[in-house]
Amino acid sequence: MSTPQPPMPQTAAPDWQAAASGSPYPGYTSPIPVVRTHLGHAIASEWTKIRSVRSTMWTLGVFVLLVMGIGLLTASLVAANESEGSLAGENPLSFGVFGLLLGSMCIITLGVLTTASEYGTGMIRTTMTACPSRPRVLAAKAIVFFLVAFVVTFVSALVVALADVALLEGAKEPTGSEWLKGTLGISLYIALLGLLSLVVGSVIRHSAGAITLMIGLVLAPLVIALFMVSSALEDVRQALFDYSIPNQLGVFYTNSLSDSGPSGWDPLWIALGVTAAAFAGAVALLQKRDV
Amino acid sequence: MIELEGLTKRYGEKLAVNNLTFTVRPGMVTGFLGPNGAGKSTTMRMMLGLDRPTAGDVRIDGQHYDRLKDPLKYIGALLDAKAMHGGRSARNHLLCLAQSNGIPSRRVAEVLDTVGLTAVARKKAKGFSLGMGQRLGIAGALLGDPRILMFDEPVNGLDPEGIHWIRNLMKSLAAQGRTVFVSSHLMSEMALTADHLVVIGQGRLLADTSMADFIAQNSRSYVRIRTPQRERLLDVLHLAGITVVESGSGVLEADGGRAEQIGELAAQHQIVLHELSPQQASLEEAFMQLTAGSVEYHAHTDAPYDVPPPAAQQPQPPQQWGDDWNRSRR
Repeated sequence: MSTPQPPMPQTAAPDWQAAASGSPYPGYTSPIPVVRTHLGHAIASEWTKIRSVRSTMWTLGVFVLLVMGIGLLTASLVAANESEGSLAGENPLSFGVFGLLLGSMCIITLGVLTTASEYGTGMIRTTMTACPSRPRVLAAKAIVFFLVAFVVTFVSALVVALADVALLEGAKEPTGSEWLKGTLGISLYIALLGLLSLVVGSVIRHSAGAITLMIGLVLAPLVIALFMVSSALEDVRQALFDYSIPNQLGVFYTNSLSDSGPSGWDPLWIALGVTAAAFAGAVALLQKRDV
Repeated sequence: MIELEGLTKRYGEKLAVNNLTFTVRPGMVTGFLGPNGAGKSTTMRMMLGLDRPTAGDVRIDGQHYDRLKDPLKYIGALLDAKAMHGGRSARNHLLCLAQSNGIPSRRVAEVLDTVGLTAVARKKAKGFSLGMGQRLGIAGALLGDPRILMFDEPVNGLDPEGIHWIRNLMKSLAAQGRTVFVSSHLMSEMALTADHLVVIGQGRLLADTSMADFIAQNSRSYVRIRTPQRERLLDVLHLAGITVVESGSGVLEADGGRAEQIGELAAQHQIVLHELSPQQASLEEAFMQLTAGSVEYHAHTDAPYDVPPPAAQQPQPPQQWGDDWNRSRR
């Protein structure tokens, strides 16, 4: 019922009080120099974060495997089966699209994990305490992730493109513009798709939910369009086809599923617009919500 | 120094924190007490700018948290032990924190050494015990060598050696002139470390007082006596001017008397004593009384778990070896 109380610690008047009495807020002063933090600090921090978890290595490893594996396999299969003139006038780079389409799932996963996994683990509270500017945190994550995703995609796509051109002698020599779209353009597009996933992860704050949503966004329009047989829905069906992400990937090799819809660099501008809008929305939500 | 002014947080209909106003001063350990669900963690999250207050204001040395240019050098906070990515090593976890505030990376090794995690610096946080996670969290709080330290239930999951370590750590941090703010729901733990107390219940401020005052006001000291010669002792004590209260089952409680005095009196009058012990009402009780009206989650000690009265009337089958086993098999 009752217990004896342990003695109370009594601290003598410390000498810091005299020393710090000049400042309006007395207290301890650290010998560590004060640095005004900026975006650069947040980027360094995010770089350490992204390279120090195994999921980054896994998703990017599988991505490279898929893009290069499927890309090279397709090229060698086509090369083995091609007959005289069958590839005439074809863009040899276009055989890289299958690997990139599958590989984009890995980039989506990594993008979502970059933001949403912090909510799952509770790390976000530590992150936001260390950097109270929430837009700065999201911007740093976006920059680091985008650069990583772009570099890895660009290198993989370039290797596959070079192999395609070397293996497929029957196809035409790609023009400069085709080279640019088939390597740089498609890599920027895939990296933007990942960035959109990162933003969606920040809004949804749940890894599995955000990944499902993004994969649905990539595949659903095409699948739905496939089953729209009614002629009354012809226009909707065509729009779904045209703007489905697999079709937009094809646009970079000018082998779109249809003649209407986006062409040239259009898919990149569409992705850029959508991602920018989503980013602005995510920042507004981040400012409004509690961590 | 942390200053709260009319701090309020509402979640829908529920008022989690209700108009809190108090100041946490440097140079001492301030204990932040309240039963579960009192709003301690919500208050701490608002101090760190994680949750936006519905009304009111928190200032850290006169500034809002999100205006701090180098937050980790102002405040080090341990919110919960698992606020980290399990797949990252202890070293990398601290490194990314250090980089975000431009803290030299040598500090990482220093704080790992301070909390005793150097040996597992390259191990993943996922494999850490609760106590090790807590130590890593404390390392993160110490990283910026901050002026203010905030710990939410720091002794959770620590072994006795760890508890002792963190008590001394908090006291030494305060002695260096830092502001130390520690939440707990254990009064007994706070009695050992805190110099000042802030008690809340259901989001409202119940007490803001120095620990010494709280003890003086709330601890009643008395002497507990058991004797077979109750009437004689009562007379003797009455004559000596010592007030005695009977607290049932033959126990007497003498308020204000000293055990030595009572013992000598009893010896003089040749009264047999079975027990004579000085007692202090526990601070835990004083705390429970203070927060009694505001405890959110009561455990009901009546109805379902009551021990049934001894079933003397019911005929019991004779117990035999293996009875239970047989019954469970049927």
